[in-house]
Amino acid sequence: MNEHVHRDDFGSRLGMWLFLVTEMVLFGGLFIAYSYMRYRYPVEFHHGGGELNATLGIINTLVLLTSSLTVVLAIVAVQRAEKQRAMLFLGTTLVLGLTFLVIKSFEWAAKFHHGLYPNSPHLATLPPGEQVFFGLYFTMTGLHGLHVIAGLSVLGVMLWWVATDRIRQDRYVHLENGGLYWHLVDVIWIFLLPLFYLAA
Amino acid sequence: MSTPSTPQPGNPTAQPSYLVDTGARKGLMAWLTTTDHKRIGLLYLYSMTVFFLIAMGVGFVMRLVQLTTFQKLITAQTYNALFTVHGVIMIFLFVIPGLPAVFGNFFLPILIGAKDVSFPRLNLLSWYFFMAGAILAVLSLFTGGGAPDTGWSFYAPFSLKTGTNVSLAVFAAFVLGFSSMLTGINFITTIHRLRAPGMKWFRMPLMCWALYSTAWIQLLATPIVAITLVLVILERFFGIGIFDPAKGGDPLLYQHLFWIYSHPAVYIMILPAMGAITEIIPTFAKRTIFGYKAIAFSSMAIAGVGSLVWAHHMFTSGMSSFAILLFSLLTMIVAVPSAVKVFNWVSTLYKGSIDFQPPLLFAMTFIFLFCIGGLTGVMQGALAINVHIHDTYFIVGHFHYVMFGGTGMAFFAALLYWFPKMWGKMYSKKAIYASWFPMFIGFNLLYFGMMILGMMGMPRRYYVHLPQFHTMHVVATVGSWLLVLGLLMFFGTLLYAILKGEKAEDNPWGGVSLEWTIPSPPPLENFEEIPIITHGPYHFEPQEGKS
Amino acid sequence: MSEHVEPSAEYSTDHQGDHHAEHPGYGTFIKVWVLLLILTGCLVGVSHLGQTAAVWGLLTLTPLKAGLVFYFFMHLRYEGPLFKVVVLVTLGTLLIFFALLFSDVAFH
Repeated sequence: MNEHVHRDDFGSRLGMWLFLVTEMVLFGGLFIAYSYMRYRYPVEFHHGGGELNATLGIINTLVLLTSSLTVVLAIVAVQRAEKQRAMLFLGTTLVLGLTFLVIKSFEWAAKFHHGLYPNSPHLATLPPGEQVFFGLYFTMTGLHGLHVIAGLSVLGVMLWWVATDRIRQDRYVHLENGGLYWHLVDVIWIFLLPLFYLAA
Repeated sequence: MSTPSTPQPGNPTAQPSYLVDTGARKGLMAWLTTTDHKRIGLLYLYSMTVFFLIAMGVGFVMRLVQLTTFQKLITAQTYNALFTVHGVIMIFLFVIPGLPAVFGNFFLPILIGAKDVSFPRLNLLSWYFFMAGAILAVLSLFTGGGAPDTGWSFYAPFSLKTGTNVSLAVFAAFVLGFSSMLTGINFITTIHRLRAPGMKWFRMPLMCWALYSTAWIQLLATPIVAITLVLVILERFFGIGIFDPAKGGDPLLYQHLFWIYSHPAVYIMILPAMGAITEIIPTFAKRTIFGYKAIAFSSMAIAGVGSLVWAHHMFTSGMSSFAILLFSLLTMIVAVPSAVKVFNWVSTLYKGSIDFQPPLLFAMTFIFLFCIGGLTGVMQGALAINVHIHDTYFIVGHFHYVMFGGTGMAFFAALLYWFPKMWGKMYSKKAIYASWFPMFIGFNLLYFGMMILGMMGMPRRYYVHLPQFHTMHVVATVGSWLLVLGLLMFFGTLLYAILKGEKAEDNPWGGVSLEWTIPSPPPLENFEEIPIITHGPYHFEPQEGKS
Repeated sequence: MSEHVEPSAEYSTDHQGDHHAEHPGYGTFIKVWVLLLILTGCLVGVSHLGQTAAVWGLLTLTPLKAGLVFYFFMHLRYEGPLFKVVVLVTLGTLLIFFALLFSDVAFH
């Protein structure tokens, strides 16, 4: 009579996917705003994109793609009860994620140094379309960065749970869900890269 | 459907009702930390009632101001804050969460034969987000530059420039969005995963279809307004420029993004309301619903097409003619599935064995008022009319007919219908009937009066009015007094019944869906054993007695 | 899920093994990762060929990369139809918002 809290891994994953739906739409709104503005200011967007460091953007892409690999390898390891490997892969994911954030902070610092930040006096001298470009740049990469931090926090907890056997071969849906969140963070960056660094 | 051995009230071996504290905690703490979907439904109900009464009071004051053309009770600035606060509280704290949060939470698991939702703790978190958002909204009235004066729609560029506390109010709405989204996630997962054996999709009560469609809108639309509100905050604090023309931004983009959510939001408001009506009508007509699948599919269609019409709020804002044409056409189309439902409800009543009771009275009131609201909506969808009545009192009249005459009345109908189940008590039907008269008369004087004012040219959100509008304003204000009287009588009757009402039977209306097979109030885990479902939800025997 | 009247699968005992019958191994994911790196390289290369090429690259290669992450890393390939429908509905909705918005922007 008291089994009304019964385990439902499929339901748990469904819930996570539905949450990812809201994240996709959240960033989708920003992508829609970007496309609206880009349509209006193609030249200014191109010029703004030229100011960004494509090399760092590409490196960050490789970093996140690899971190997606390592998190899914961690899941495979747990499925095979290879605990040490799982922890190694999860740890690598965390390191890669932190690397992303470090690179991003260098990027932003460089921008600030050149007077490119919201409401800066220098920005006010640029054509309006370029101001919007940088407004969108900081907003979208900033929001993405917040999600990276959130994802790393979740994965950090997952690492601890693997270490303490709360995640094991017969019970790992939380790790899967954490991985799903991390992959979405990667997918968003996959779109951010060309929009700001390459095709702008 | 097989009837599990339901324990009789008073049976010592029966599960205690959910209202009894059986866990480690007692009293208030037991309620504040509950994960029982029924208690969470009541938490929403009690808090929402308080917010409704506050916003009703604000509306009352707004109508008083219109009584005196030249002797103003309050300043223009205060009036702007009043209509903003009235809108924000009513829309974000009452009408949007409304039926899903109260009746969805309380009854969805019971209607599908489950013991709770898929994520009970997430459910409690949803309520915490709701209260957090409410508290932040209240705080915004008293901190910083004072209550926001932009209207509940926070249009740029004014919302970017005004010194009032827009950022906090908008952040409150952002937090409330989380409540909505988490509820949506919970309901979709619950419906997919926890239906009782034999409860196929097309055997679910139609309230479940309504909640399912609504939940999808909650997931697919709310994040858009979330990001829009974040952008407003970023604009105010960091001047990112996306809505500011001086920096290349576009206020029209704000309107698009805002309405991409806020139009589907009205379907979040109305779909569960329609679902409740669809539950009520068969019970008091003693026959199955006419056109089950049509209603199920029309719920999904309203959710779908309703997401395509948002720019009909923007016909006079400077959009392209092509867009206006397109959105006008789509707006006409979205009326069709709603009309299907009205047709089906009326057809269910036709040649049914009518048992006239308070829930049915309010359900029929809903149908009548919603038709007026819906048809005026179709009128507004035509550009030629829209140009004349946009931003007038006509619009205000229209949306009060659909939001209040629609969702509000359906909320009351649902409350009257499920009241005996929720508290195990019955209210005075005479007192409810008595409250209906001033409510109905006052409602129509007030809001039909507004539509007349709008056609005469009275603009909305104006603190003063020209002399030619004065008579109608007086009529409307008197209407508001009758309406408030009726509302107070209504709430008073129900409050009295909760505290001192007569004990109700388990199935006072002769309903046949699952909630009527369990005790009133329900036990903690709803069912002694999960039922096995063998037929559809509105299966009335030819000679209906009490089951 | 079967349609006849018996306790539906959700209500029987836990069976978290069945839809995990196919667990891809390390190799599969590493191959996908290499493919992602190659596609990224292509994207970068194409973006050097001028604005139009860059935009086409964006419109084709990027969804492809995202698709790989969804399909393999996020396990969509191995899940039932429900999750695929969920993702498609979401993307479809965003596409419709975009298209209707542009019915205004593009015709000013």
